[in-house]
Amino acid sequence: MSISVRHVSKKFGTFTALDDVSIDVEAGSLTALLGPSGSGKSTLLRVIAGLEVPDSGSVFIDERNMTGRPPQQREVGFVFQHYAAFKHMTVQDNVAFGLRIRKRPKAEIEERVKQLLALVQLDGLAKRFPSQLSGGQRQRMGLARALAVDPAVLLLDEPFGALDARVRKELRTWLRRLHEETQTTTVIVTHDQEEAMEVADEVVVMNRGKVEQVAGPRDLYEHPANEFVMTFVGQANRLGDAYVRPHDVSLVLEPNGATREAMIERIVHLGFEVRVELVREDGEPLSVQLTRDDAERLELERGQIVYVRPTKQTTFAN
Amino acid sequence: MLIVALPIAALVWQSKHDGWSRFWTDITSQEAVAALKLTLAVSALAALANAVLGTITAWVLVRDDFRGKSLVNAVIDLPFALPTIVAGLVLLTFYGPNSPVGIHAAFTRYALFLALLFVTLPFVVRTVQPVLIELDRDMEEAARSLGAGEFAVFRRIVLPNILPGILSGVTMAFARAVGEIGAVVLITGNIPYKTEVASVYIFNQIESNNPTGAAAVAVLLLTISFLVLLGVGGIRRLATRHERA
Amino acid sequence: MNARKLVLRFVAVGYLAAILVAPLVFVFYRTFAHDSSSVWSALRDPDTIHAFKVTLIAVAIAVPLNTIFGVVCALAIVRRRFPGKGIVNAFVDLPLALSPVVVGFSLYLLYGRLGWFGHWLLAHGIQILFALPAIVLATIFVSVPFVAREVIPTLREIGDEQEQASYTLGASSWQTFWRVTLPSIRWAVIYGVVLTTARCLGEYGAVAIVSGSIQGKTETATLRVQEEYENLNFAGAYGISLMLALIAIFVLVLMTTLRPKEATA
Repeated sequence: MSISVRHVSKKFGTFTALDDVSIDVEAGSLTALLGPSGSGKSTLLRVIAGLEVPDSGSVFIDERNMTGRPPQQREVGFVFQHYAAFKHMTVQDNVAFGLRIRKRPKAEIEERVKQLLALVQLDGLAKRFPSQLSGGQRQRMGLARALAVDPAVLLLDEPFGALDARVRKELRTWLRRLHEETQTTTVIVTHDQEEAMEVADEVVVMNRGKVEQVAGPRDLYEHPANEFVMTFVGQANRLGDAYVRPHDVSLVLEPNGATREAMIERIVHLGFEVRVELVREDGEPLSVQLTRDDAERLELERGQIVYVRPTKQTTFAN
Repeated sequence: MLIVALPIAALVWQSKHDGWSRFWTDITSQEAVAALKLTLAVSALAALANAVLGTITAWVLVRDDFRGKSLVNAVIDLPFALPTIVAGLVLLTFYGPNSPVGIHAAFTRYALFLALLFVTLPFVVRTVQPVLIELDRDMEEAARSLGAGEFAVFRRIVLPNILPGILSGVTMAFARAVGEIGAVVLITGNIPYKTEVASVYIFNQIESNNPTGAAAVAVLLLTISFLVLLGVGGIRRLATRHERA
Repeated sequence: MNARKLVLRFVAVGYLAAILVAPLVFVFYRTFAHDSSSVWSALRDPDTIHAFKVTLIAVAIAVPLNTIFGVVCALAIVRRRFPGKGIVNAFVDLPLALSPVVVGFSLYLLYGRLGWFGHWLLAHGIQILFALPAIVLATIFVSVPFVAREVIPTLREIGDEQEQASYTLGASSWQTFWRVTLPSIRWAVIYGVVLTTARCLGEYGAVAIVSGSIQGKTETATLRVQEEYENLNFAGAYGISLMLALIAIFVLVLMTTLRPKEATA
């Protein structure tokens, strides 16, 4: 079930949340809407779901025009950042909710709920109440609940934002695996670029209500369309007009014609990689990324003067 | 909605029935003035007394712990649950002519004060309690670490933060006391110029077929109620100004 | 520090005992110790029984009406935007700050013979004032705020995300209200109902004016207490008071167990 958004705009008072946004989501893919807060990504997701009504533009799901239709009629599954669990219902009643509304036969509901709880690894917790579950469990319940009605598309609004780092990483991997199994067209909103890169087939980068670039994770990183994408996705140093990735800087102990002087301010050991924070001649900061082995070989120290040269840099036409 | 709006409109209309000058004479009639003065004064006293005692009670309920505390907490709502006429009768029995504790306050202004104390008791306690519970104890600890004594901590840290709660409780208590009739009608004897309150005066004017006179005073009470509501709303806004950016 | 705590405790408990507990306990004691037989017979007086009936009818009508109104109002105020919202909110709160005598009097002006609706009502042979309808109207008026005031903060706190989730799962507005919204506010509603009932039972001032206090016809239980007392029939007055007090204590127990749970410091 593909999704097509055409020229959607939305304002909240004087604040423009979406400015003539058009995107296409391929059926069966997992797409991330990535951007800082205020970029409009959540608003776009909610417009697709029918939870927000755009001022102009149209939304197509599976090539059917859904513009103006309420969420009930769109067959979307929506997962909320803060779970939106039905606190007064048990886990199994939560998951069964959509099926009960559609008046499916009791036996079918029971079977489906059991299936789903096994899928999200919550079997055994069917009779518990959301307040008795951890955040990660509540979110998995939210997913099961949304999947129960076989939605055409699955929409997730910063689903792991309220969880702590370790659980977030686990659920990320788990979500990707779930997607491979179910093949449901999925759109996930996130402000965490690592999450988007890890999980998505395609990433839509948004900023201030506009789409900056749509590409796969690799293309996004290696061929950013503009300044914003370059600095938002991955780290980038600014050298005059050009941008340089921290791992695209060669760091040597002796100067040669092409290098510039810089002083080491701080060395940060992040496990496998080492980040060296330097100050250049002109007083500007520079961040260089080395492997553990390289850093060891060079025997770097705080306060040491070294010589740097970008091996690859990118400039954008203005 | 109409149930509420229409009668109020009728009331205001009736009070103007015979013109403004009549309105003025009505509310300045000696008996009316006496009743109003008495009502306002004793209501204010009762509200203030309960401001102090209510705050103390709220403090004890939130910060202290002892056996039977939950019982004490429950008892406070008694004036909300008990019909006012019963409250009046009960107070009359205990503090009246056959009092077991030798206090004979019936048919005096003290009786009025007692009755109003009773009906306004829960207000300040219940508005201050949640504020005290929410209060960030860290602030008090910080003050102590900076050398403040217990009373200074209360005066400079706790009190400013619970003041909106106290104020809204006092205002609601005052409004309640001003309008009270059930609790006072038996115990005060309703002696004009001595223990007759505004609400009883209105009642009597209706009985004596002087609806315009009654309406005038009633409109006055109505205005007080509106002012109180505005006041409470304003206090609420003032209280949350720290939380708005 | 400890002495201070004890002093405060003593002041608070002592105050409550002197004003609330001791008088009530004493009344129970005196009635049952001395006058129980006359009290029981006074309670069986047909006019007294009728007074209780009148009170019960008023409660039976006012409480459900105000519950529905309260929930609807709360939903509108919290979940919707419309002009004049502040005024509606103020009007809902108004009966709390208003003297019952003022309430009764304004009803009297509206529905009395010379009132705004008086002629129309008289022409159609409908009697409101000095009859049951007026009592019911007055009772409704004074008990309007309670359910709304309990439900509004609860609705605000819960937020509307659960309702949004329900819509995305295919539920209609009505289904969402029944299956998601209502269950999540049910304790607030119940608590509000308890408060409303207590208020209806205890109403005196407004009904005193609009009912005319006609014995055996338009007296409520509370009016009857005053009537009996003024007729020096103390057994009757105390009997009814005791019944009402017992109901009040029951209500108090309900209030305490149902009160929205707050954490203690």
